[in-house]
Amino acid sequence: MLRDEDRIFKNIYGLQGADLTAAKARGDWDGTGELIKKGRDWVIDEVKASGLRGRGGAGFPTGLKWSFMPKENDGRPHYLVINADESEPGTCKDRDILRHEPHKLLEGCLLAGFAMGAHACYIYVRGEFIREREAVQRAVDEAYAAGLLGKNAAGSGWDYDIYVHHGAGAYICGEETALIESLEGKKGQPRLKPPFPANMGLYGCPTTVNNVESIAVAPTICRRGGGWFSGLGRDGNTGTKLFCISGHVNNPCNVEEEMGIPLKELIEKHAGGVRGGWDNLLAVIPGGSSVPLLPKEICDTVLMDFDSLKEVQSGLGTAAVIVMDKSTDIIKAIARISHFYKHESCGQCTPCREGTGWMWRVLERMAAGEAQVKEIDMLLQVTKQIEGHTICALGDAAAWPVQGLIRHFRPLIEERLTRGPGHQEAAE
Amino acid sequence: MSVRRLHADQPSSFAFTDENVSWASGQIAKFPEGRQASAIIPLLWQAQKQEGWLSEPAIRYVADMLAMPHIRAMEVATFYTMFNLSPVGEHFVQLCGTTPCWLRGADDLKSVCRKVIGEQGDITDDGKLSWLEVECLGACVNAPMVQINDDFYEDLTAENFEQLLDDLRSGKPVATGPQNSRHGSEPEGGLTVLKGDK
Amino acid sequence: MSDQVNLTVDGVRVSVAPGTTILQACEEAGAEIPRFCYHERLSVAGNCRMCLVEVEKAPKPVASCAMPVAPDMVVSTKSDSVKAAREGVMEFLLINHPLDCPICDQGGECDLQDQALGFGGDVSRFADNKRAVENKHMGPLVSTIMTRCIHCTRCVRFAQEVAGVPEIGAIGRGEDMEITTYLEASLDSEMSGNVIDLCPVGALTSRPYAFTARPWELKKTETIDVMDAVGSNIRVDTRGREAMRIMPRNHDDVNEEWLSDKSRFVWDGLNTQRLDRPYVRARKNLAPASWDDAFALIAKKLKGKGAKTAAIAGDLVCGEGQFALKALMDKLESPHVDCRQDGAKLSGPRGNYIFNTSIAGIEDADALLLIGTNPRLEAPVLNARIRKRYLMGNFPIATIGAPVELTYGAENIGAGPDTLADLLAGKYGFSDVLAKAERPMIIVGQGALTREDGDAVLAAAIELAEKSSAISDTWNGFNVLHTAAARVAGLDLGLLPGEGGLDVAGIQDAAQSGDVETVILYGADEIAGASLGDAFVIYIGSHGDRGAHRADVILPAAAYTEKQAIYVNTEGRPQMTEQAATPPGEAREDWKIFRALSEVLGLTLPFDNLAELRSAMFEVAPHFAQIDGLSESATPKAPAAKKMGKEAFAYSVTDFYFTNPIARASATMADCAKAKQQRYGETEGTGTHG
Repeated sequence: MLRDEDRIFKNIYGLQGADLTAAKARGDWDGTGELIKKGRDWVIDEVKASGLRGRGGAGFPTGLKWSFMPKENDGRPHYLVINADESEPGTCKDRDILRHEPHKLLEGCLLAGFAMGAHACYIYVRGEFIREREAVQRAVDEAYAAGLLGKNAAGSGWDYDIYVHHGAGAYICGEETALIESLEGKKGQPRLKPPFPANMGLYGCPTTVNNVESIAVAPTICRRGGGWFSGLGRDGNTGTKLFCISGHVNNPCNVEEEMGIPLKELIEKHAGGVRGGWDNLLAVIPGGSSVPLLPKEICDTVLMDFDSLKEVQSGLGTAAVIVMDKSTDIIKAIARISHFYKHESCGQCTPCREGTGWMWRVLERMAAGEAQVKEIDMLLQVTKQIEGHTICALGDAAAWPVQGLIRHFRPLIEERLTRGPGHQEAAE
Repeated sequence: MSVRRLHADQPSSFAFTDENVSWASGQIAKFPEGRQASAIIPLLWQAQKQEGWLSEPAIRYVADMLAMPHIRAMEVATFYTMFNLSPVGEHFVQLCGTTPCWLRGADDLKSVCRKVIGEQGDITDDGKLSWLEVECLGACVNAPMVQINDDFYEDLTAENFEQLLDDLRSGKPVATGPQNSRHGSEPEGGLTVLKGDK
Repeated sequence: MSDQVNLTVDGVRVSVAPGTTILQACEEAGAEIPRFCYHERLSVAGNCRMCLVEVEKAPKPVASCAMPVAPDMVVSTKSDSVKAAREGVMEFLLINHPLDCPICDQGGECDLQDQALGFGGDVSRFADNKRAVENKHMGPLVSTIMTRCIHCTRCVRFAQEVAGVPEIGAIGRGEDMEITTYLEASLDSEMSGNVIDLCPVGALTSRPYAFTARPWELKKTETIDVMDAVGSNIRVDTRGREAMRIMPRNHDDVNEEWLSDKSRFVWDGLNTQRLDRPYVRARKNLAPASWDDAFALIAKKLKGKGAKTAAIAGDLVCGEGQFALKALMDKLESPHVDCRQDGAKLSGPRGNYIFNTSIAGIEDADALLLIGTNPRLEAPVLNARIRKRYLMGNFPIATIGAPVELTYGAENIGAGPDTLADLLAGKYGFSDVLAKAERPMIIVGQGALTREDGDAVLAAAIELAEKSSAISDTWNGFNVLHTAAARVAGLDLGLLPGEGGLDVAGIQDAAQSGDVETVILYGADEIAGASLGDAFVIYIGSHGDRGAHRADVILPAAAYTEKQAIYVNTEGRPQMTEQAATPPGEAREDWKIFRALSEVLGLTLPFDNLAELRSAMFEVAPHFAQIDGLSESATPKAPAAKKMGKEAFAYSVTDFYFTNPIARASATMADCAKAKQQRYGETEGTGTHG
């Protein structure tokens, strides 16, 4: 198990203050200006060396992403945009950073912004996180008052402004280009790529969009060194990670753990185990609603990191572990996820707009035992017609949970459809 | 989600209070010159706070304030689901129904809403309460939960939720956040990590 | 940008310019790519996903409309995965589409129908209820059946980008996204009808055309529009001799593929208020007459009084008709001829009265001054070209005249001649702009020319052009924007007062004083009847409008869709109309009327057929023979003139929908005018037009 001294987020539960004084006592803003004076390349190299992969779900190497920003400034401002539009079902880790560790985020914003030549940063907080947004704004105000932001931020010689902005209820704004559109005052509809944000992002300027957690771990990485971070976990899957364990566990919780911790250990050590014991486990969605579920057999042994979960045809995603015990109507559980994607589809491109509603309707009927067995294959085909054919990844995210359900629970669906309507409680 | 439409009964006009006008200019100032449209979500949100819901004159007012075509503002107002295009109760309950909350009893909370308030969108006769099922609100390890106006109420049960609604209705003070012994997202019944710190 | 990019499409090597999209490269290679949202004149949306292709090494299919080519790309448009992707997208598009083709006006010319045939399956696997979407009001021209909408957003992009009226949007989201205007207002554009062409399905269809015909039962005639002086290329669809609808044809240098609403929807005016037989005024009233009787009466009136006869040519008349009229007047030995019924002070040299820069040339300009013109109403399609240039950036625009709402940013620097004089004197910031610009444009409207001091304004404008670099060896930025389709041909053919001849104003005075006894109004309907005193008025034209009301004899002629004739647009580009239908009843082609009349008068014109007429005409105006050709731009020369007056410039077109007799006969145009009035009445003070 990860030692407490290697935990980055020491106040993740908010048991201490979130204010600047308390944050400084935890080591935040310690010598930030000196870190910056080591230069842009130094910061990027440390983050590259840490092996940090984006914590928003896609797992793209963070240092590499920063290095895509133009080295030279062509007259257009550079922007760092923080994706605090945390909306992936099962995920509530960034919320804790925003409300309990905001200064880690702000310090990270300064370091990352500096590393990519940005003088301005927008933090886009999901609309529903009103108190969290207030907490971040308080921290920003404190930081300005303490000279940590603004002109010559933290004595670094680098001018830096952070603005807190927010959404108003749209999961799709977690997609980086949709977020940029939203930040520009439009509907959150993802853009076509190329051009990529690093060339043409916010207001047509070079922009990097990073997840809250990715940025909030950066100061600690810079202070303790990329090597420290990469020494945790395993190659390609380094560092610590905030896990969210929800659903049918005895003690749902968030916890920062080492990358690659066995799923079973994660659940049993921190969440009090599966309700009714490990053998009562039916399935786990290991990385937020977008990733395919895993049946118990796989959960027994799988490790919680990008590559291990990819090997079992799922993904680490946001590391939001949704646990379902044997009382779960798994078809209904996935149907509810499909409803989510139908609700959150932006409507821009055809496969997602039309396909998400189709999948949801079929799944609802399946849950009620009101579909035909041959529709299972049709549903699978529909997921394939969506997957890889949309502008953004929401289409894939909508297709995968359904694919996971059919992959691992086809006999159960067949059985329910064979029995017909009125037997949907059979699973319990 | 059904089609989000403007309410049938619209006020004849809308204007920000003086206080909100200056607040709005502060929001606009966050963005580079000529990019004032960026402020539309905060401004529409403030309009909604001022009126309780987002009316058509308010959408138009904000569009004009930001020099945006009206239809672009309408697109934004209808795209983002937190904009209430019809009036809501004084305490507007947004009940998370997505899988993590559903696994832990969101359906029971829905039953409470139906019993205490009525169907989705209904406003109680005293104007105090209305509710809507929404998608994941991002407090999944404290499921099931609801958002009422600006605050989250977490770790709910049918019992404590009904009590909460009663208390809100009668104006009694209520505690926000987890409704059990938890402080935040830590496991109930004792920390598993970070125990050394005070 | 010189190096070409080489790539392979379905095994075919192609070489294209950098920046080309895969879709364009595929077309180059002869591979057809289905698409709905992509339109070459609109921004790329990439939302329909129909154009997906396989690119080697790409992890998933690529939207070819949006992806630029890269060197040595290997593209496949026929692989199984591409086929599957297309079939998948097609199925998604159809699950919520009503499939009501039998009752859909788009049937037979529907992209969705065509592509469903090519790429769709044979049965629907969708077992749930289809989505129903409420129709939206979009005004008198565009009918909506929104359940059919496939959300390609072409209409949204057209309104925003081309029309410059960002009034259409997609509200809501996901499967509930709906296309609408704000509160279902009618679109405040003179080009709204183009969304009908752009809509790839039957969601936006032509309201006036609704349920009147099927495309396969219509005769399609490719011809030229005359509702303004742009000379938009059109196709007139007829059934029998009735015009059923008008659509644009592509001409990159003229109208691209756009058409103004007046040009598109005026067709009902072609079928109403028609003069279908000669009339002769008996006592107070016009009574039907035979051609012989009408001619006899004219012969009687004109006998020996040829020199006391005057002729005015109107706005919609053709080159051949004007040439014949001029020839007849020459035979009558009358110098009193004028083609400028609006009184514009325009005459040669040619550079003084044409749009020298050319319409396509607008895209090369780097500054623009509008003098007494509102192109949005005077030439909507040309206005769209200005907007296109504006959107490319670095295109400062200033206007002189009353402030009007244009579809691009323009600085209004003043209202009248004083401002023009000050500009000449270098007193405005815009003087600098003009001076520094390499290819500045000046557009003078008829509003600045149809006034007492019109020649002085023209002179000042030309002087300004000369002073800036608007006129050089390589650039001619001096432009007159005409509003009458007939005008440039009339000026080219010399339908101007001859030696001692009277102009339009002079003719009216002389008619009142009795010095002119007979006035021939050839399609001239903008002359107040009372202004012609007691003169004997012969009206030759197609519609029972102002001219016919005043006439003593009416000779029914052909409308522009009923003859093969040459029109010269404001650029000086001769174009040929084709006969889509025969003239109604006893109406005849214009030139034949003049030819027949000349014979009755004993002054037989020296041409017996159109070919003979044209060869005679080409002698006067050789460039008329170069159909669709632009002769080299002509250098303007400031005419000698007195001083400019003080009065602000008025615009020549204010009532866009009623500018000519055909438009005034159109019920559709009346509906449009009403809708516009309602809109402005209702939304006053909301800031929409602020």
